[in-house]
Parts: sequence; structure tokens; C-alpha cells
Amino acid sequence: MSQEQDEVRGYRKPFWNTQPDYIFEPYASTVLRGPTQVPIRIPSTLSEVSGPRFSRDILGSAEDDLTVGNGGAPQGERIIVSGRVLDENGRPVRNTLVEVWQANAAGRYQHARDMHDAPLDPHFSGEGRVFTDEHGRYRFKTIKPGAYPWRNHYNAWRPAHIHFSLFGEAFAQRLVTQMYFPGDPLLEIDPIYRATADEHARRRLVSTLDWENCASEYALAYRFDIVLRGRLETPWEQ
Amino acid sequence: MSFQQSASQTVGPYFIIGLRNGVKTDLAGDAPDAVVIRGQVFDGLGAPVPDGVLEFWQADARGCYAENGDWGFARVPLDADGRFELRTVRPGAVAGPQGAPQAPHLLVNVFMRGLLKHACTRIYFDDEPRNAQDPILALVPSERRSTLLAVRSDDGSYRWDVHMQGARETAFLSY
Repeated sequence: MSQEQDEVRGYRKPFWNTQPDYIFEPYASTVLRGPTQVPIRIPSTLSEVSGPRFSRDILGSAEDDLTVGNGGAPQGERIIVSGRVLDENGRPVRNTLVEVWQANAAGRYQHARDMHDAPLDPHFSGEGRVFTDEHGRYRFKTIKPGAYPWRNHYNAWRPAHIHFSLFGEAFAQRLVTQMYFPGDPLLEIDPIYRATADEHARRRLVSTLDWENCASEYALAYRFDIVLRGRLETPWEQ
Repeated sequence: MSFQQSASQTVGPYFIIGLRNGVKTDLAGDAPDAVVIRGQVFDGLGAPVPDGVLEFWQADARGCYAENGDWGFARVPLDADGRFELRTVRPGAVAGPQGAPQAPHLLVNVFMRGLLKHACTRIYFDDEPRNAQDPILALVPSERRSTLLAVRSDDGSYRWDVHMQGARETAFLSY
């Protein structure tokens, strides 16, 4: 073993009710899929506080622009999404991979299992990847996704959203979440959004209209900041 | 803004659109001592989960984690029968709390439609004598410990299943 573990500092536990529980009955699929036993608390070791660091070389061209697909412009409202990735200590998470995916403007995913009767768009795949910069900032261009129906309950519709996957610096910081749009009336009746009990924590998943970054006569912009778990200050705090 | 971790949300059923470029099912390459870990993921009724993805993080054969690279990270989507197969090398022992070594293991994150936050667990190897001294395994109640053990098959591969619920519910961990 060439790597030592003298004093491994772990990551903060979530604040009460700011993360969803595994089982939330209004979201029907959780009932048979969420673990029923309380997770076993373990101390952080090198395994949990290390994690993959991806190189920017993995990116192809224009992965930060979802509007240049397959030789033509996709249908829909062009938008710019940007924000910062920070940890709970307020530090920027630098040079970290951000993966995004979403439905097209009509609310249809380019996926064989999506049976929603809305048109596919040959110019929109809905996949993107970016890295944060030295200040934890990221930015990509896309199309505003549409709402779509799902079979959770009668007349169930997901609010428009973009999926985000983040790595941070440690496997303990891994996070997959969704960004929503301000003023969406579907939010308060969406079981996935509502699964987080704390109202303020929910609201942090809603982006804000970002005048500063709008491109005049071209695209509106939305801001979405993301917070990953922060490291404890001392190893014995956990 | 508030410095509290953003709320986790499910990957949903269509995660492969955004995660496909990061799929990696083989960490062994042409290493002579490659091992295969395969298994299946089940829901609370024992039905296979077809719309999920597993992520792995492990040390190399010497017990070292990549410090500025991504070797050791794997991402394997489940197939239509909830099955996965990872080809890798057996990790070495890694330093643990108070200098006590940890037995060779992989970290696993489970993502699927219907899971609002990923479930974390570990894989150990059932033919590994150092398991008996592993400080993390020791925290898992003995009757659930076997859910973390990949079982060696006659062909040399290992079998490790995930049960989200039920009598054989996998011991999930929080850290």
C-alpha cells in the first residue's frame, strides 16, 4: 500500500429533509425499488474520498452546444444554461465533468423506450457534456425541453427539466439531479420534485432567468448553481 | 446561495442519453489477471431491473487509487434482464482507518428509475482471507455481510447480485 490513510476527512451528512427519502409513495416506482433498511453508516476511507478525474480530452467537438446536431437547427426555444458548481464549504469545484441530458422541445426523448406521441427531432439528441472552469463555472447551449406525460398516476406530467450528473473530487460527492424552470405550474404537483421535503431545498433545483447571460436577439439564459457535499474540517467530526 | 448539497433526483428511464459516453465495462484491457464480475439487479418483487446503471470505483492491483486520472471508474448499464458484467483487475488492499488495511473491494453506486438518490455499497471477494479483518465489513451485521460478497464460480468469474429490497436486501452504506 503506497497510499496512506492517517487522517481521512469525510464529507458532511445532508441537512434534515434536504435530500429525498428512498421511498416516497406518490412517486410509485420508489415503492419497490427504494431500499427499506437504513443504510449502514461507515467512516470515510481513501476509497470514498478519492474519485475519478476526467481529462478534457474525452470531449468531442461542441459537446457544450446541444443545438448543433446532425446538420441542422433543432426546433424550439434556444437557451443558454450556466452556473457554478460549489461545495458546501463554498469552494468552487474546478475542472469537473458535468453530464446533461433532456427531452426535446416537444417533450420527447431520443430513446427507444420513450413512447410519448410527440415528434422526435432529427437535429436534437439531448446529450451534452462540459467541464467546470477554474472558478467552478460551467455553461452550455441547448433547447428548452418540453413537459411530457408519464404513467405515475392519471394525467401525470413531468415539469420541463434537464438532468445533471456530477462527479466532484471524490466518489462521496457524486450527484445526479434535475434542473427545473422558474414559474412552471407543474412543479408543485410533480412527485419527483416534491420528494424533497424541505421547500427551500426543492427551490434550489429551480433555475432563475439570467438576464446577464442572455444573448440579445438570440437566446434567453437560465442560471443553475449546484452544490456538492463539503468536506468535514476535521477527521473526527464524522 | 445556500451551501447545502443540492437535492438528488432520479436518473429517470432515459439516462443513457447523457451517460453513454462515459460507459466503461472493461478496466482490465490486456492485463493477464483480468477478473469478471457479473450479476443481476432485482426489485422488491424479485423482478429484474432493466433501467438502471451501476458505477464502480476501485484501486489498482497495488491498492492505489488514481490520483489524477479516471482509471478505476467503470459504468455499466443494466441490460433488458437487469444483468451487468464488469471486466476488471482485482484491486489490492487499501489503507483503512487507523492504518488497518482494508480487504480488496470495489465501491458501487446503483442508479435507476425510481431511485431518488443513488444507493451506495461495496463488493468484496468471497475467497479473500483478509475479509475477516476488514474494518468496514465488520460494521455490517453478520447476517447481511454475504450481500457484499462476490462469489467465485467454477469458471473463475465472480457473481454478485443486488437486491433493492426483501429478505436478501443488499447492505447499502452511507458515508
